[in-house]
Amino acid sequence: MQFKKITSEKQLKLIANSIRQNIIKSLVEAKSGHSAGPLGMTDVFTALYFNVLKHDPNKPEWPERDKVVLSNGHICPVWYATLAQAGYFPVEELKTLRKLGSRLQGHPHYWEPAGIENSAGPLAQGASIAIGMALAAKMNKAKNRIYCLTSDGEHEEGQFMEAMMFAGNNHLDNLCFVVDRNNIQIDGDTENIMSLEPLADKYRAFKWHVIEVDGHNLEHIIDAFEETKTIHNMPTVIIAHTIPGKGVSFMENDYQWHGKPPTVEQAQVALIELEAERKEIQEE
Amino acid sequence: MKLNQKIKLNSKLFGDVDKVPTRDGYGKGLVELGEKNKDVVVLCADLTESTRSNWFKEKYPERFVEVGVAEQNMMGIAAGMALSGKVPFVSSYAVFSPGRNWDQLRVSVCYTNANVKIGGMHAGISVGPDGATHQALEDISITRCLPNLTVIVPCDWIQGKKATIAAGQATGPHYLRFGREKTPTITCEETPFEIGKADVYADGDDVALIATGTMVYESLVAAKELEKLGISAAVVNCHTIKPIDVKTITEVAKKCGAVITVEEHQINGGLGSAVAEVLVENHPIPMKRIGMLDTFGESGSPDELFKKYKMNSSEIVKQAMQIVKTKK
Repeated sequence: MQFKKITSEKQLKLIANSIRQNIIKSLVEAKSGHSAGPLGMTDVFTALYFNVLKHDPNKPEWPERDKVVLSNGHICPVWYATLAQAGYFPVEELKTLRKLGSRLQGHPHYWEPAGIENSAGPLAQGASIAIGMALAAKMNKAKNRIYCLTSDGEHEEGQFMEAMMFAGNNHLDNLCFVVDRNNIQIDGDTENIMSLEPLADKYRAFKWHVIEVDGHNLEHIIDAFEETKTIHNMPTVIIAHTIPGKGVSFMENDYQWHGKPPTVEQAQVALIELEAERKEIQEE
Repeated sequence: MKLNQKIKLNSKLFGDVDKVPTRDGYGKGLVELGEKNKDVVVLCADLTESTRSNWFKEKYPERFVEVGVAEQNMMGIAAGMALSGKVPFVSSYAVFSPGRNWDQLRVSVCYTNANVKIGGMHAGISVGPDGATHQALEDISITRCLPNLTVIVPCDWIQGKKATIAAGQATGPHYLRFGREKTPTITCEETPFEIGKADVYADGDDVALIATGTMVYESLVAAKELEKLGISAAVVNCHTIKPIDVKTITEVAKKCGAVITVEEHQINGGLGSAVAEVLVENHPIPMKRIGMLDTFGESGSPDELFKKYKMNSSEIVKQAMQIVKTKK
């Protein structure tokens, strides 16, 4: 049974809000981990798992499923929270994030839990894994699509350029990358550390179709994913312009939140803010 | 010299022995596997002929993937294909793969336990004139430390073919090490081969020569020489470095009381270290490691290099004479 698409924007926004709250709750419990990236990519994850993907949380190994590969493994709190929200595993398990014996590793391990399609940590590795899955699907004449979520900073890796070049050269139109274009990396702004611009032109030069989108506008994100399905003979990249820390005022756009969790007090404030946002959505 | 009759070695072993590169076994093994299993795919990074992947490519072009000069991407693509049910063989020179793409091997393949096979060609100093950059002498060290990974070094092309097929039929990551030069055919089709099981090719009482890869032949030649000098040397082909055959190594060590390891590889971290670990924990006895002595190689012919860097039968004979004297 394929997961039922949710089309109501209000409903999707409420789901994104729940996921953000669960990210904060799991991070404060873990006492370590990354805050900004997961919150920034929550809307993309929500669009994928609740509208775009062909998948079935009750049958995660379904051979015809679309696959999501996370290349920047450090934002896995959003992957875990989204999978739990979709019913892959109990939401309560999110509190075991990064703890001894937990399936929810600090950086993801393949199929722990089911639905985690790749191991990730060292940047750019997911890009190649996704390409391998897309190639295998082509060989099998399978109809499923492969989505690879990437950070902007990881485009600095040599392997990433190898992957971009290969996918374009091999016309992998069943492959879609999403770039979390939040302009920050650990040491500061990407454009100061190692300028990535013109990023869209780089992809075009490597024979990719490029779509740019506001990474927090659910309707536009879904439209972008739908457009990728219509592109033939080349892979597509969606450059999603996101706000790191989105939804929590004191985390937004501050690169210092890249790699740390909120304290108990900060988490309380964050949850109050998110709860207020939830009320606003409900009243819309 | 007491050759193990059950092993059925090449009858022309010490005569006009035929010579074939071990990498030919990889190429032939891939073609055989490809016929049996439609999920077998071969990836190569711009070294199709050198790695003998061209034989597979000619027969099964739709299952061959050229990735260009991009070993890191190749390893990752292989992982993704394995997670989609394929049985990918990653083919390149050992210095590049697993040399250059070790991180991808570690995380995308081994941590994931993806069913990827890695064929590392042109390993050892015998690649000769290409010089030190192309002589993989550290690949056993960097692979045998990785969880989930099996490490195999075939002694000749026939064993190379068997190892390739066995790896393709087994589940989980496997690293296979091959050489470029033509080397003596030691075994026959009938010679037993089982992953993880070291084979005693010659029985002996005074010293055990535990060798891997092309150094198995040098050890057999050395054992024959030693016989003339009144020393009875056992020869063990330790083709699987990981999991190491603790039982066979311990047994032969108990019988002989002294061990010499021989490999075309750095003595640090390779077969010598693996055997030392087994002996120290199970049966500590006098031991000597023959291999590259913590130095880089250089250009030269294989024979010149083996002589200069002390990896040949005469060095084995010399070391065996010495170690036998140290026995109590």
